[in-house]
Amino acid sequence: MPTFTYMTRCDGCGQCVDICPSDIMHIDTVYRRSYNIEPNFCWECYSCVKACPQHAIDVRGYADFAPLGHSVRVLREEAKGTISWKTRYRDGRVKEFTFPIRATPWGSIKSPSEYEAPDANALSSPLLAHEPAALGVENLPTLPVLQKKEV
Amino acid sequence: MSLRSSGNIKLVDSDILVIGGGFGGCGATYESRYWGRNLKIVLVEKANIERSGAVAHGLSAINCYMGMQWGENQPEDFVRYARGDLMGLVREDLIFDIARHVDATVHKFEEWGLPIMKDPKTGRYLREGKWQVMIHGESYKPIIAEAARKSASEVYNRIMVTHLLMDKTHPNRVAGAVGFNVRDGSLYVFRAKAVIVAAGGGSHLFKPRSVGEGAGRTWYAPWSSASAYGLVLRTGAKMIQMENRVVLARFKDGYGPVGAWSLLLKAQTTNAYGDSYEASRLDEIKSMVGKYAEIAPLPTCLRNHAMLQEIKAGKGPIYMQTQKVLDTKEKEEIGWEDFLDMTVGQAVVWASQNIDPKEKPSELITSEPYIMGSHATCSGAWASGPEDCAPADYQWGYNRMTTVEGLFGAGDTIGGSAHKFSSGSFTEGRIAGKSAVKYVMELAGNLPQVDETQVKMLQETIFKPLENYAVGRNEIVAGSVAPSYISPLQGLQRLEKIMDEYVGGISTFYVTSEPMLNRGLELLGMLKEDLDHIGAEDLHQLQRAWELNHRVWTAEAVLRHTLFRQETRWPGYYYRGDYPKLEDTEWHAFTASQYDAKTGEWRMSKLPVHHIIA
Ligand SMILES: Cc1cc2nc3c(=O)[nH]c(=O)nc-3n(C[C@H](O)[C@H](O)[C@H](O)COP(=O)(O)OP(=O)(O)OC[C@H]3O[C@@H](n4cnc5c(N)ncnc54)[C@H](O)[C@@H]3O)c2cc1C
Ligand code: SF4
Ligand code: SF4
Repeated sequence: MPTFTYMTRCDGCGQCVDICPSDIMHIDTVYRRSYNIEPNFCWECYSCVKACPQHAIDVRGYADFAPLGHSVRVLREEAKGTISWKTRYRDGRVKEFTFPIRATPWGSIKSPSEYEAPDANALSSPLLAHEPAALGVENLPTLPVLQKKEV
Repeated sequence: MSLRSSGNIKLVDSDILVIGGGFGGCGATYESRYWGRNLKIVLVEKANIERSGAVAHGLSAINCYMGMQWGENQPEDFVRYARGDLMGLVREDLIFDIARHVDATVHKFEEWGLPIMKDPKTGRYLREGKWQVMIHGESYKPIIAEAARKSASEVYNRIMVTHLLMDKTHPNRVAGAVGFNVRDGSLYVFRAKAVIVAAGGGSHLFKPRSVGEGAGRTWYAPWSSASAYGLVLRTGAKMIQMENRVVLARFKDGYGPVGAWSLLLKAQTTNAYGDSYEASRLDEIKSMVGKYAEIAPLPTCLRNHAMLQEIKAGKGPIYMQTQKVLDTKEKEEIGWEDFLDMTVGQAVVWASQNIDPKEKPSELITSEPYIMGSHATCSGAWASGPEDCAPADYQWGYNRMTTVEGLFGAGDTIGGSAHKFSSGSFTEGRIAGKSAVKYVMELAGNLPQVDETQVKMLQETIFKPLENYAVGRNEIVAGSVAPSYISPLQGLQRLEKIMDEYVGGISTFYVTSEPMLNRGLELLGMLKEDLDHIGAEDLHQLQRAWELNHRVWTAEAVLRHTLFRQETRWPGYYYRGDYPKLEDTEWHAFTASQYDAKTGEWRMSKLPVHHIIA
């Protein structure tokens, strides 16, 4: 299901070019709009579809196994924290779903440097950042000494 | 000197360089910052970390979570599970280490805003299976990327890393990496005291089932270019279990994962006649692998084997009986979200072929093989284990350091520790990050030095495909057929054909043998020579050329390890037709290889498997 771009909707902003993990959304030099330069390296991941502010990118199922006449459209709303899907079958049936995407405001993650600096000795302990508190148990498990010697 | 390289060199110095901003790399960046407050931590990525790697889509489950806070599982239980699934051969110290830390990682993910589903009755995370928890994971990658961006001193997107750099005076020490900017063609020279490779596993080493336009529809992402191995193995780092490729039973064509359907929704897998076939094949499986057939749950490879035998017996298609379990609106939503979060292509298959999972079953199929270190498989670099519990011969320095000094790894990069998945890869990144900080602190004044002549040589090499094209293109009128170069895609298709036909791909039902492997090696050798004649018409194709390079080197390691292990350890992943049985007396061991860049030789050996957990 590689992507394609609708000529009348794309304004050439390049957001899809910026996001595509496969580096296959490029701007056409004549039309100044995006297109998929290598459909056979498209994972149908929808990253570009979700990122396009103009909803100019759509997907047509891979020609080698997907019959025509379907569509799977998406609207990802960061501010609302939701993603909505509309699936239209070849025979016309429609299914719609909305799911949450994030439970905290975007940008709210704390940098590790905002936490109190760890004690220098702790660098030699097996504990990682925020442990043991973040484990939900009192101590980091370790292997009984006896079993260690059984090698 | 080639067209685009001259004069456009960017030098970037760092204390810790993280290569690959996927799950392992983001974890490494976060933890390095926590422990190394004043260090310069640089993250370099070939795509854009916001949506890169195997989780670009999103995921619908976290596949590695103990639930120690509720007494659900202990790390030892997880080691037993992973060991059983991999037919006995895993690094128990590494797996234990991930399992004991992974809960803290997942709790952090939740605090960051990843919506984890809850069981309304218990208030605990909703379990998909014993080890998995369900998430609303469409934004899993952007959330993790935000944490990495807050931690790194600098993030470089769109830099394809091509080679690691070695120290001028200590031949077994890493000094940085080189790569090029896919947008402007500048050469990037990263000098670093420690390097953490988290560049992910490999798809497209074997010919995929999909053809033509659909070739991008592999289960592991088409951008998983095996760079983790392609970069690391050429430094002479010891690699293990490279033959342990993974084949996965997936929804046919769309390659939608089966976890939520079989574990949570409890849909049955049957043959075309509605029979559950696994039990009736157990005796036959036992005759091949002995006691390993009694492991519960049945190892992934053996379940594949049973499915393959059904298909060969003409009892396909194999079906997932989805329609029998979607009896409520909630279950239908869970089923759809599973794919809309992580494999939208499966929803497209349903829509295009008029398959409503509430009404009709869906076909399953076994995939082409992939090379990974984080799934039901454990190819990768041999790494030093945790100081407090690794057997003596499994530790020589810093946790997750490879056999090359200063070179660390995480996620798909590290061998022997299967079943890490997303949360475990991030956790392993954290382990490697902390270790690398310790390494850098203890280096004091003993700093690595980049060898300028090595950089000059690499600069020539990296941009050569552009030159090959520019020159060779003048010989012909038009089109894609030239006598002096081949395109990256043409090279890739040759690689996939060799691997498929000689190294146990789909076209031989995953069967190979010594004569087949030897012939494959011969052809692969010529492909390696032809890598000097790849023609890249632009920077995008130059990226493809280097991805191909990493895949070919990885493929050679896969082939050599497959040749070395004279048994069939994982029927259902691949078969040595000349050694059709599992042989514990000879082969209860890791296969190891070490490439010597000076002589071009590969040294194969066995390494012991220690069981430290009863
Ligand atoms: C379809 C699918 C479903 C899955 N389902 C689940 C699930 O439900 N639950 C779960 O926990 N896990 C799941 N996984 C597994 C999980 O995604 C992986 O185990 C994990 O992402 C591995 O982490 P990593 O860091 O090794 O690789 P990745 O996350 O792939 O990261 C590798 C990074 O390196 C970058 N890179 C590669 N080469 C280079 C280079 N040469 N130069 C610079 N950068 C480079 C890549 O762009 C990428 O960003 C699934 C995977 C897939 C594909
Ligand atoms: S993001 Fe949308 S509008 Fe912008 S270039 Fe891509 S297709 Fe066009
Ligand atoms: S669907 Fe994914 S792989 Fe395909 S063009 Fe869009 S971003 Fe790239």
